[in-house]
Amino acid sequence: MTLVAIFVGALLTNNIVLSKFLGICPFLGVSSKIKTALGMGFAVIFVMLLASLMTWLLYNLVLLPLGITYLYTLAFILVIAALVQFVEIVVRKYYPELYKALGIFLPLITTNCAVLGVAVINMNQGYSLVQSMVHTLGASLGFLLAILLMAGLRERISENPDVPKALQGLPISLITAALMSIAFLGFSGLV
Amino acid sequence: MNLFWERLQNGIFKENPTFVLAIGMCPTLAVTSSATNGVGMGLAATAVLLGSNAVIGALRKVIPDEIRIPSFIVIIAGFVTLIQFFMQAWAPGLDTSLGIFIPLIVVNCIILGRAEAYASKNPVLPSLWDALGMGLGFTLALTLLGSIREILGAGSLFGFAVLPSFYEPALIMVLAPGAFLALGIVMGLINYRALRKKRKTLRIPSCGSDCSSCPSKKDHS
Repeated sequence: MTLVAIFVGALLTNNIVLSKFLGICPFLGVSSKIKTALGMGFAVIFVMLLASLMTWLLYNLVLLPLGITYLYTLAFILVIAALVQFVEIVVRKYYPELYKALGIFLPLITTNCAVLGVAVINMNQGYSLVQSMVHTLGASLGFLLAILLMAGLRERISENPDVPKALQGLPISLITAALMSIAFLGFSGLV
Repeated sequence: MNLFWERLQNGIFKENPTFVLAIGMCPTLAVTSSATNGVGMGLAATAVLLGSNAVIGALRKVIPDEIRIPSFIVIIAGFVTLIQFFMQAWAPGLDTSLGIFIPLIVVNCIILGRAEAYASKNPVLPSLWDALGMGLGFTLALTLLGSIREILGAGSLFGFAVLPSFYEPALIMVLAPGAFLALGIVMGLINYRALRKKRKTLRIPSCGSDCSSCPSKKDHS
C-alpha cells in the first residue's frame, strides 16, 4: 500500500472516531467549545505520534527479538502512561506557553483508547516505521477533524432552544455524531 | 447478602456504566453490531473486572498510594492478556469479531474507575460483588444495544431470524452510524422516562419554597 493511500485511509475512509470508534470519550467530553476541541486535537496529534514511535521501537527492538510479543498490551500501556507523564513534566518546565494550552488535556490522553488503539493497529498491520508514522499522522489528523466538526455543530446546537428536553446533552450529540458518520460513509471507496 | 444485592442493583440500575455514567463508550459503540458480540464483550470486561477488583481489593494495603494508578494498570493489563489468550483458544470467532477492542479493555474507564473508586478502599468480597454488578450492568447494556441494532439492521437476534422475510433490513443500523443513533435514542428515551417520573413526583407533594431540593440538570460533558 502506498503512503498516500495509508494517509487518506486513516484520515477519511476509516476515520478513527466516526468509523473505528476510538477516542469517543474526549470526542464527546471535550467538544462543547471549538477552542478546547482544538487544544485536545493538537495534544492528541503530539502524543499519538510520540507513542507510535516508541511502541514501534519497543515492539520491533525488544518484544520481537525476545519472543515475548504476547506481553504487548502490558508493555504498550506502560510506555504510553510513562510517556504522557514525561511529556507533561518536560512541557511544563521548558514550554510554559504550550503547557497552558495543552496542559489539562495531557493526563486525559493516557486513558484515551485512540493512542493505544493506533499503536495496536500499526502492530497488527505489520507497518514499517515510516508507514506507522504516516498512518498515525493520518489517524490523529482525522481525530482533530472529527472533534473540530463536532465542536462547531455543538456550539450551534447549544444556541438552539428547540432541542427536546430529553435529548439535551449527550443524546443529541450522539445523534449528531450519527449524521456525521453517515457523511463520512461517503468517503468509502475513496482508497 | 444485603451488600451483594445492593452492589448488584447499583451496577445494573443506579450507576449503570453505559446509560447513567456514560463511560466505556468506545467498546459500547464499536462491538454492538450484533447481540452476540455485545454479550461477548460484556462478559470479557466482566471477567477482567472481577479479576482486577479481587486482586486490588486484596493488595489495597500493600500498594503505596503514590504509584497506585500504574500498579492498577499493570494488574488490569495482566488480566486482559489472560482473557485474550482464553478467547483465542476457546472462542476464536468472537476474538476475531471483537478485534482490537479486547486489548483495549485495558483503557476502559469502567475498570480503572472501579479499581480507584471501590476496590482500593474495600475488602475482596465486596469488591467482587461490585465488579459483578458493574460487569452485569455493562453486559446488559451492550446486549440491549446489540439486540436493537441486530433486529433492525439484519432482522435477526443472536443469529436467528426474528422478523418476517418481507422486512427489508436497514443496513445502516449495523454500520458505524447505527451505533451512534441507537445509543443516542436509547439514552433519550431513558431521559424522557426520568423527566416524566420527576414531573409526576413533583406534582403530588409540592416542591416547597426553595428549589434546591430539585436535582439540578445533569451535565454529561
